[in-house]
Amino acid sequence: MNRSPANKRFLFTAGALLGLLALTVGAAYVNLGPFNTIVAMSISFAKAALVVVMFMEIRGRGPVIWVALATGFFFLGIMFALAMSDFLTRGWK
Amino acid sequence: MSDQATAHAPQFDNAAQQRESATFGMWIFLATEILFFGAMFLGYTAYRLAYPAAFAAASRHTLLAFGATNTAVLLLSSATMAFAVRAAREKRRTALALRLFATAVLGTLFLGIKGFEYTREISEHLLPGASFHFDQPYANHAEMFFYLYFLMTGVHALHVTIGVVLIAISGVRAWRTDAFARNDTAVDLLGLYWHFVDIVWVFLFPLIYLVERHS
Repeated sequence: MNRSPANKRFLFTAGALLGLLALTVGAAYVNLGPFNTIVAMSISFAKAALVVVMFMEIRGRGPVIWVALATGFFFLGIMFALAMSDFLTRGWK
Repeated sequence: MSDQATAHAPQFDNAAQQRESATFGMWIFLATEILFFGAMFLGYTAYRLAYPAAFAAASRHTLLAFGATNTAVLLLSSATMAFAVRAAREKRRTALALRLFATAVLGTLFLGIKGFEYTREISEHLLPGASFHFDQPYANHAEMFFYLYFLMTGVHALHVTIGVVLIAISGVRAWRTDAFARNDTAVDLLGLYWHFVDIVWVFLFPLIYLVERHS
């Protein structure tokens, strides 16, 4: 296998992803109170960012693609914000 | 780019424009997929906030060792897919075919492990429905966790299955024809889809397997 910079980058990314997987499993066994979920989700976002930047090569794809991706997350944010503004303010438990 | 001479469909000015349109289409599809899975994640969030204790108890019944292994398998398959896209771009046919086959094998392994987990959970009466049984308080709240678990991992597994089939077919095409040497866009798009499916699992994994594991 040739050792081009791209190949090294992919190997590094794979290693980093597996490291983050070990970290998230380890962190789950430490009692951090409400921060367990926050830590787990932060690690998931870090893994997703690695995949999007290194594997999907988002940086080289140009502004039209960036807008398409951002639109997906924008409307996901609206869905969560509006729904949670209801669920979190009802006092229905 | 000498690739400008590559054949393109009549509605496009040139091959580069055709490639941009196809790539843009795939990213728009992925944006709709974010919302498709997002609705299920929203349902999970609402029910977990309502029934935190039941979700913690139910999550401890999932098979963490298998879930973690499966996460590693899928992350590695994303790496082999990235290598495959690279091979397609460099017009290395044999490397492309082998890397696609490696990705398809890892995807199949993921489905096998997931299937084993389903078998175990069904035999333990954790599949929601008439035979559901959960030997702890708030059984019907735990049933909601398992409903979301089977729904979300099931829809995800369907995506993995579609990906494995398309990747395997592309592997055979790369092995037997020079279709991708003339136009490697299809491999790039397949890669984007596969990485997206990987990302969905990256979020599913802690929400299913790692809820309150410490207690």
